[in-house]
Amino acid sequence: MNFSEVFKLSGLLSKFSPDGKYLASCVQYRLAVREVSTLQILQLYTCLDQIQHIEWSADSLFILCAMYKRGLVQVWSLEQPDWHCKIDEGSAGLVASCWSPDGRHILNTTEFHLRITVWSLCTKSVSYIKYPKACQQGITFTRDGRYMALAERRDCKDYISVFVCSDWQLLRHFEADTQDLVGIEWAPNGCVLAVWDTCLEYKILLYSLDGRLLASYCAYEWSLGVKSVAWSPSSQFLAVGSYDGKVRILNHVTWKMITELAHPTTINNPKIIVYKEAEKNPKLGLGALPFAAPRAAARSLSTTETKYEVASMPVSLQTLKPVTDRANPRIGVGTMAFSPDNYFLATRNDNIPNAVWIWDVQKLRLFVVLEQLAPVRTFQWDPQQTRLAIGTGGGHVYLWSPAGCMSVQVPVEGELAQTGQLWAHWACLILGPHWPPTDPQARAAQGPQWLSDPVSLQVISTCSPCAGI
Amino acid sequence: MSPSSLYSHHVLCSSIPLSKNVQSFFSAFCTEENIEQSISYLDQEQLESSRREMIGLQERDRQLQCKNRNLHQLLKNEKDEVQKLQNIIASRATQYNHDMKRKEREYNKLKERLHQLVMNKKDRKIAMDVLNYVGRADGKRGSWRTGKTEARNEDEMYKILLNDYEYRQKQILMENAELKKVLQQMKKEMISLLSPQKQKPRERADDSTTVLSDVEDDAGEVSRESVWDLSCAAVREQLTNSIRTQWRILKSHVEKLDNQVSKVHLDGFNEDDVISRQDHEQETEKLELEIQQCKEMIKTQQQLLQQQLTTASDDDTTSLLRDCYLLEEKERLKEEWSLFKEQKKNFERERRSFTEAAIRLGLERKAFEEERASWLKQQFLNMTTFDPQNSENVKLFSAFSGTDSDRDTLTVHSRPRQRQPHSVCRRSPVSTSKLTKSLPTSPASDFGQTRSCASEHSSSNALNITHEEAKPNQVGRECLSQSRSLVPRPGSQEGCYNGCPLTCTNSHVEEDNLL
Repeated sequence: MNFSEVFKLSGLLSKFSPDGKYLASCVQYRLAVREVSTLQILQLYTCLDQIQHIEWSADSLFILCAMYKRGLVQVWSLEQPDWHCKIDEGSAGLVASCWSPDGRHILNTTEFHLRITVWSLCTKSVSYIKYPKACQQGITFTRDGRYMALAERRDCKDYISVFVCSDWQLLRHFEADTQDLVGIEWAPNGCVLAVWDTCLEYKILLYSLDGRLLASYCAYEWSLGVKSVAWSPSSQFLAVGSYDGKVRILNHVTWKMITELAHPTTINNPKIIVYKEAEKNPKLGLGALPFAAPRAAARSLSTTETKYEVASMPVSLQTLKPVTDRANPRIGVGTMAFSPDNYFLATRNDNIPNAVWIWDVQKLRLFVVLEQLAPVRTFQWDPQQTRLAIGTGGGHVYLWSPAGCMSVQVPVEGELAQTGQLWAHWACLILGPHWPPTDPQARAAQGPQWLSDPVSLQVISTCSPCAGI
Repeated sequence: MSPSSLYSHHVLCSSIPLSKNVQSFFSAFCTEENIEQSISYLDQEQLESSRREMIGLQERDRQLQCKNRNLHQLLKNEKDEVQKLQNIIASRATQYNHDMKRKEREYNKLKERLHQLVMNKKDRKIAMDVLNYVGRADGKRGSWRTGKTEARNEDEMYKILLNDYEYRQKQILMENAELKKVLQQMKKEMISLLSPQKQKPRERADDSTTVLSDVEDDAGEVSRESVWDLSCAAVREQLTNSIRTQWRILKSHVEKLDNQVSKVHLDGFNEDDVISRQDHEQETEKLELEIQQCKEMIKTQQQLLQQQLTTASDDDTTSLLRDCYLLEEKERLKEEWSLFKEQKKNFERERRSFTEAAIRLGLERKAFEEERASWLKQQFLNMTTFDPQNSENVKLFSAFSGTDSDRDTLTVHSRPRQRQPHSVCRRSPVSTSKLTKSLPTSPASDFGQTRSCASEHSSSNALNITHEEAKPNQVGRECLSQSRSLVPRPGSQEGCYNGCPLTCTNSHVEEDNLL
């Protein structure tokens, strides 16, 4: 594995262009566009304020930089560096900003979600959308970019509006049968919209493109409900992860549950492979030595080589006892991702934070469990191959494929290693001091983060590959 | 041990609490003298039984306590669950509160902001400042939002939906068709599995009838289903129902087999009916080998045959091989033909010789007749001159020949009595041999013999020669000629032949009558 040199970033604001040729990164108020192959800076732009959010347009021609504090959005063109565009929301404030799928409109969510302003770069027209809902995932675009679904709330009721992206005409407006809508997501085929309710009420609703309610699903009452939702790439399955630690898979024909995938703490089935991360050379009580400064210890931890070992049955995984009297408890299936070829589903059960569970979708059973030494922060599938990258915030990035798994050490400098957390992003390893934005609005606006063209991992290996490959 | 010592022993032991073993030991020694002791033992028996009862009761008590404990545990579990539910409710409540608080905060902010906005009218203009407008992504011009565009959007949306539905329906139809095929195949296989049971009428009577009826039904169904291959509810139902019934039959059959097998295991091996598994397997292996070998043989033979038929052979071999299967028969036929021809030739030859002989005979007979006539004349002349000498001669004949003389006399007078010699002829085979010596002297006397011989010979000859019925005449002639020439012939009757020229014509006639 090849590693590039470290370059500075701020705020995890680094994005690859959708065509995979450029890498935009920003430091404070400067935006640098680099070429991916050489990492040489092609363009350098200066914004008016500290940038909170950057986003490439779908055709890789424009980048928007949002400055929430000032309520400003600046758009830069790659083709014409002289071209500039500034959108000032003024007193309305700015909470989120995103591109439309055609790359010519910018949707700004004003403060308090009072409205969404649709600014056009082609015409002088401006559109306003009132009463957008402030929720985890209130805006969703279809994959082909034709339609946008928006969650709204008026008079303590939830509504969904479907807009045609080409001319921003309202196509459908219907009431959602939820108590307090928390998220909406289009199916990849663009014909079905999944709508799920707050965790206090387990409810998943499925609406057709024209606004008809197709089905409603509820697994149980009273206990905390849906935590995460994921569509399979073929639109065949809808995976619903809930607070009871189970993933329920619904099928697209009947919208009924076909199976429940549970995350037990002890695994005893010999058919399942459990990879446990273990240190290669366990330190002999170095941490106990009085002169070992905590810094050094941390460094040694990060530079320790690790490898994967196949654990023998029965395997018991580390669990967290959740604090039950607090809100948003760390239990349940909080992260789910289907592999692009629809063969695997990777999940994380939040009360077993160190483990990533990989399920075989064909057989609908557990395939592999990867247990790391540190809690898993993020994982992402390779858009082209069946590969999963896992980041835990330590000095390693972990790769899994059906052939085996690998632990790769990232050569990092001292300071960054201490505070840095590793964020696995395909085709590049980025070290940044911050965790992915917790602001739900910003996350919703980000859109797809993977590349269409898989640039090879640009990190040179200095460590040896580990067990499994 | 003497009984007294035993007694003392018992007395000593009676005070000790007796165990069962001890008691049994003592009961063995219960004799007349120990009656008292045995009575005491009986008391102890009662004690024992009561002790046993106590133990039983204790057991029951223990069991009941166990049950009690279990129930307590259950109760505890229930309580725990209730507690958990309460916890859940509590956590929900906290979540509610949390959300409520958040909303409240937001609401407050909103209020403040709004307030500010309202206050601050002269605000910076909310605007977009752009150097120049960019072209659309797809290169087209922007269009106005009109009713038309709305309608167009609707249409497009419905088109998308329809496409998606059609695609899914296609998939489902394909899946359905495949599954139906599989089901039908399964059904057919099940029927074929179950139908060989028809031979057993007793137990399987029900099964066979159901199978038969199903087969009949299904025969009709198949044709129907192929026509209505679409998802017709009635057809689907029929298919599933028929499969269910077949499956039930199959299941019951398998269960019966299992029962039978288990019965066999229980009853032990009945060696008449059942052979051990190993033997059975060995047999099957042997049979399979045999079958294999036979098949291979057949194959090789077929190959050879094919070669024979297909190979282009040259003319010689083809001419040789023509009609090769009948070669043997042909050879045989040829042989027989040659034999037949030979025989034919022989017969021709014989016929010719016979004809010649007959002609010769005729001629000779003529000559003979003439001679005879002359001789008779002479005789007659002699007789008329010397009577006593002739009569003596005649007597001499009769004395000489014995029975023959009778015949001679008969033959002399043969003319008026021509019919009689028939019967004489038949009785005369024995005497014919004697007459051979007297041949030259008494030709007349031999007439009867010759006739008899002729008749016999003719009859025998008639038997030998099949096809020619004119032969008897020739035969007669032959006989006559033979008698003249005295050629030794296989038939022993030759000696009797005496030519009788005078009577030849008569002999002809008579021979004809004989034959």
